Amino acid sequence: MSSAEMVAELHAPVPSMPRVRYHGVFVRQFVSETAIIFRRRRNIAILAVLGAVPIFIGVAVKISAPRGGEGPAFIGQITSNGLFLAFAALTLCLPVFLPVAVAVVAGDAVAGEANTGTLRYLLTVPVSRTRLLLVKTAGVVAFIIAAIGLVTVIGVVLGVSLFGTHGMTLLSGDTVSVSNGLLRAVGVAAYVFVDLLGLAGIALFFSTLTEVPVGAMAATVVLAIIFTVLDAVPQLAGIRGILLTHHWLDFASLLRTQVNTSQLWHGMLVPLSYFAIFTAAAWSRISTADVTS
Amino acid sequence: MTAVATALKATPTDTSLAIATHGLTRRFGQHVAVNAVDLAVPRGAVYGFLGPNGSGKTTTIRLLLGLMAPHAGTVELLGGAMPAAGGDVLSRVGTLVEGPAFHPYLTGNDNLRRLDAYDASTDPSTSAARIGSALERVGLSAAAKKTYRRYSLGMKQRLGLAAALLRPRDLLILDEPTNGLDPQGTREVRTLIRELAADGTTVLVSSHLLAEIEQVASHVGIMSAGKLLRQGQLDQVLGVAAALLRIETPDVDRALDVLAQLGLRVENHTADHLLVAMGDRTPDVINAALVRADVAVRGLHVERPLLEDLFVKLTGEGFDVVR
Repeated sequence: MSSAEMVAELHAPVPSMPRVRYHGVFVRQFVSETAIIFRRRRNIAILAVLGAVPIFIGVAVKISAPRGGEGPAFIGQITSNGLFLAFAALTLCLPVFLPVAVAVVAGDAVAGEANTGTLRYLLTVPVSRTRLLLVKTAGVVAFIIAAIGLVTVIGVVLGVSLFGTHGMTLLSGDTVSVSNGLLRAVGVAAYVFVDLLGLAGIALFFSTLTEVPVGAMAATVVLAIIFTVLDAVPQLAGIRGILLTHHWLDFASLLRTQVNTSQLWHGMLVPLSYFAIFTAAAWSRISTADVTS
Repeated sequence: MTAVATALKATPTDTSLAIATHGLTRRFGQHVAVNAVDLAVPRGAVYGFLGPNGSGKTTTIRLLLGLMAPHAGTVELLGGAMPAAGGDVLSRVGTLVEGPAFHPYLTGNDNLRRLDAYDASTDPSTSAARIGSALERVGLSAAAKKTYRRYSLGMKQRLGLAAALLRPRDLLILDEPTNGLDPQGTREVRTLIRELAADGTTVLVSSHLLAEIEQVASHVGIMSAGKLLRQGQLDQVLGVAAALLRIETPDVDRALDVLAQLGLRVENHTADHLLVAMGDRTPDVINAALVRADVAVRGLHVERPLLEDLFVKLTGEGFDVVR
């Protein structure tokens, strides 16, 4: 054996299992993540509360129909088009229920793992920190879609079966086809999803800062309230455009014959910017933080 | 020549070591938790990582695994520089760091499924079989379907070990693996470590149970106040505290003379026995010299120094946390 061979042998990797990377790992990880989110009783309770909102509104309106223009937005329209039950329910959930739901699940994403100590075991599996944040974000997105989807689907199905569609009358009083009406419902749900994405980004960032999930959840909810309060101060009209919650209800435009698309795009740009900025901050934090829990 | 150059360039590290750190240092504010530690764990070794509470063992382990970043120094794990190589080497490293941690509302089985789902290096089709055998290996099969929150401390510890055994590993880093286990469990863990080591797995096991370590370790390292005071093969490290010969005899005075002629240091003596530092002499030589001088020798005993004695000598007697 030549000296070169000896050196080569000396430095040959010590025999070990062949390094194989299996395909579809992200899917495995995502499925595991959603399983843990949707099997958790707390999260099931949140979904149950959200799902109950359109049911309560529907039953209440069936028992005693409000006169036109009475009560919160869209409630008066429900009797003339059952589809509006979904919009009324989303509008009612948007200020508090949905933000709290997002804050709980997204705030728990990383802080919850740090709190139980499972974060150190996930990272030594190993899962890269970037990948972990990606899977966690995907899980949160899945939950938001489920929450909004639940309210919308129950609202649409219950509304249409209780009140009919009366030729799918819109806010402007015009009628559209059923498929057009349903498409608009999907559009409203998508708009609300984008609204909440901004808040999810903030909650994910807070979640990387602490080992106490409740802290991240509370901070997110408090911030959402601060946005709403600032939005209500007339002297601050100048900064309203950059407040996360300012454009949240602008989806009403989708319920008129003439859809104001530029307003919708602008309304979505703000939460999307928040999402981009805060998930980047969360990534910067998680990829450098010491895991001491 | 080029082959040599390439080989040397490709792997500049000492491949005979499973863990190698150089000048590893980590501070928390003013407090230096890990101070210039040069850990050397040979492949195939069972390395007992010892030190009192707060001596920096767990921080060192966190630094090894890339959970924390060092302020100075380097870490090589299975030949890869951490934390950059973590994605490649950590799947070959089973860990138990600062106690087990699992989701309380999932069953033991589901907790392991979750960890395995996250592992890109494992085959999902063999997941159930591997989880089953890992649970069986730690004696937890019967409790696989129980939620983690209903586990006893010892069962939690066993599940942590099962997680470390979910796939074949080249290196196991076990922080206090027998914590909370009953005597049977402690024995099982000891047997497990021996079996794994026999299969060629390198094991770093941190503990304050010195008797445990003494029974399984081939190598030891002793930490105190952030510094690695001693490390090496168990025999050599113990050899630093020289073995004593206990001589039982009624003729203590005459024995003292003989031993003095041999140039041996008497540590201690009473009316019926002496304790002598043997130096490089063997008991038979000393005995022969005594008998030639008509000293009645009733008994000879080599008193091996205990790891515990060395540990206390190095790290201090007191009950207080060092800092």
